[in-house]
Amino acid sequence: MGEPGPEPAARGRELAEGALAGDRRATARLLTAIENRTPVAEAALRILYPQAGQAHIVGITGPPGSGKSTLVSALIANVREAGRPVAVIAVDPSSPITGGALLGDRVRMQAHAGDRDVFIRSMAARGHAGGLAAATGAAAAVLDACGFDLILIETVGTGQSEVEVAAAADTTVVLEAPEMGDEVQAIKAGLLEVADIVVVNKGDRPGAQRTAAQLRAMLVAIAPRPGDGDERPRPKRPEVLLTTASTSVGVPELLAVLDRHRPTDHDSGSAAARLARAEAQVWAIAGDRVRAQLHDDRHREATEATLRAVADHELDPYAAADRLLGDVQ
Amino acid sequence: MPDHPIKVLIAKPGLDGHDRGAKVLARGLRDEGFEVVYTGLRQTPEMIATAALQEDVDVVGLSILSGAHMTLLPRICKLLRDEGLDDVLITAGGIIPDDDIPALKEAGIAEVFGPGTTIREVADYLRANANPRD
Ligand code: B12
Ligand SMILES: Nc1nc2c(ncn2[C@@H]2O[C@H](COP(=O)(O)OP(=O)(O)OP(=O)(O)O)[C@@H](O)[C@H]2O)c(=O)[nH]1
Ligand SMILES: [Mg+2]
Repeated sequence: MGEPGPEPAARGRELAEGALAGDRRATARLLTAIENRTPVAEAALRILYPQAGQAHIVGITGPPGSGKSTLVSALIANVREAGRPVAVIAVDPSSPITGGALLGDRVRMQAHAGDRDVFIRSMAARGHAGGLAAATGAAAAVLDACGFDLILIETVGTGQSEVEVAAAADTTVVLEAPEMGDEVQAIKAGLLEVADIVVVNKGDRPGAQRTAAQLRAMLVAIAPRPGDGDERPRPKRPEVLLTTASTSVGVPELLAVLDRHRPTDHDSGSAAARLARAEAQVWAIAGDRVRAQLHDDRHREATEATLRAVADHELDPYAAADRLLGDVQ
Repeated sequence: MPDHPIKVLIAKPGLDGHDRGAKVLARGLRDEGFEVVYTGLRQTPEMIATAALQEDVDVVGLSILSGAHMTLLPRICKLLRDEGLDDVLITAGGIIPDDDIPALKEAGIAEVFGPGTTIREVADYLRANANPRD
C-alpha cells in the first residue's frame, strides 16, 4: 500500500496535468481510472484534490421516470446561457448477475454536444448500493478540479435508499412526479429528510399543483418550530418547487434557488456537509487499505485463520477485529 | 483482458428511425456483461464523437438501416480519429450491402454485422477485439 509505484505515478501526473490544461480526453481517461480504482487514479487524485473545492455539487434523486435526466438537460441549457461550465455524472444500475449495465440517461442530454464546457459522463453503479457508484465522489472531485463550476449528479433512480447522494453533494434535489403515490414512498425511503429542495416535475400533468401543495403541507408539519428549545436533530425544511423539465418551465427559478444554496466558506451548514463528505471518503479509503493489507502476501494466511476461527465460533468477531487491526501497521 | 466490464457506445447516426436492432443489441450486450451507453436516435457524427470521448468507451457500435452509411460512417471514423480516439474499436450493423463493406473497412470500421446476427456473436467478437485499457 502507500504511494503508487513510479509508472502509475507518472501516468497519473500526465493525465492530471492534461485534465487541468483542459484536455477533455485526459479527463475522460482519468474518470475511467477512477472507476477502476487503479493506482493511476490515486496518483492523479493526489495532484487534483487540492485544486478541487470550488464547484457547487448538486445531487438529483427521485423515482424512475420522474424526469431527472430531462431536468438535468434543462439545467445545463440554463447554466450555459450564463456561460458557466457544467459537468454531469449520471449513475445507472449494474446487473448483479452479469455485471453489465445499460446507461441510458444520455439519451435526454443530447442537445449539448460540441460545447466543450459541458461534460457528461455515465457511470454504472457496479454493485455499490445507495444510488451512486463507489467512484462518484472522486469523479466529482476530478471534474471540480478541472474547473466545472456546477456538477450535477443523477442517482440510479430506484427512489429508495438513495440518501447517500446527500453526503456526496452540497445540495440535494429530490424529484417527484404528480399522482404517483410517491409522497408516501419518498417518506418511507427517507428521501424527503435529505432534500434541500423538493421539485415536483411534470408540472404540465394534471395533479401537479395538488402534489406540490400536499408536499408543502407535509413538510411544514415536520419542520422545527423556532425557539421551542428542542435541540434534537430534525429533518431539513426543503422548499417545494414546480417544474416542467421538458419545456424548461420553472427551471430558471430552480437554478436561482440552487445558487442560493451554493456553499460559502463562512456558513456552518456547508462546512458540516463538507466535513461529512471528507469523513466518508477517508473512511472508505482507510477501509480499502486495511482490507488490502490484511490480504497481502504477508498477512493472508493469518487473516484467513482468524476469519475461519470466527466462522467456527472459536473466536468472537470483536476479538477477531481487534486481532486483525493489531496486524496492520 | 481487463477485469472490469468493456464499455460500449451504441449509437444511431442520421435520420434513421429504425431503432429496434440498436435496442435489442444494447439490452443484449448488457446481459452479456458489457457496460452499454445508449444515446438514442438521430445522432449527428459530432454527437457520437463527443459521447465516445466523454464516456471513454472501448467500442463504438453504429446501427444504421437508412442507406446513408457511405456518407455517415466514414465521417464518424474521421471525427473519432481527429479526437485522438484511434484505439477505439468501431463496429457497425444494420442494412449494409456486402459491396459497401470493403470501403467501410478502409475508412476504419473494423467489422459489419447484418440482419440475423446473434448477440452472442457480437459479444464474442467484442471480447476478442476490444483493446484492453488501463
Ligand atoms: C421494422 C422495420 C421498420 C419499422 C421500424 C420500427 C423501429 N422502431 O425500429 C418501421 C415500420 C417504422 C419502418 C419504417 C421505415 N422503413 Co423500415 N424496416 C423494418 C424491417 C422490416 C425490419 C427492421 C428490424 O427492426 N429488424 C429487426 C432488428 C433486430 O434487426 P436489425 O436492425 O437488422 O439489427 C440486427 C443486425 O443488423 C445487427 N445490428 C444492427 N445494428 C447493429 C450495430 C452494431 C454495432 C452491431 C455490431 C450489430 C448491429 O444486430 C441486430 C440483431 O441481429 C426492415 C427490413 C429488414 N428485413 O431488415 C425494413 C427496412 C430497414 N425499412 C426500410 C425502409 C425503406 C423504411 C422506410 C423509409 C419506409 C417508408 N418508405 O416510409 C421507413 C423509414 C422510417 C424512418 N424514420 O427511418 C428499408 C431500408 C432500405 C435501405 N436501407 O436501403 C428496409 C430494409 C426494408 C426494405 N427491404 O426495403 N421500418
Ligand atoms: N409531461 C412531461 N413529461 C416529462 C417531463 N419531464 C420528463 N418527462 C418525460 O418523462 C420520461 C422520463 O424522463 P427521464 O428524464 O428519462 O426520467 P429519469 O428520472 O431520468 O428516469 P430514470 O433515469 O430512468 O430513473 C420521459 O419520457 C420524459 O420525456 C415533464 O416535465 N413533463
Ligand atoms: Mg435518467
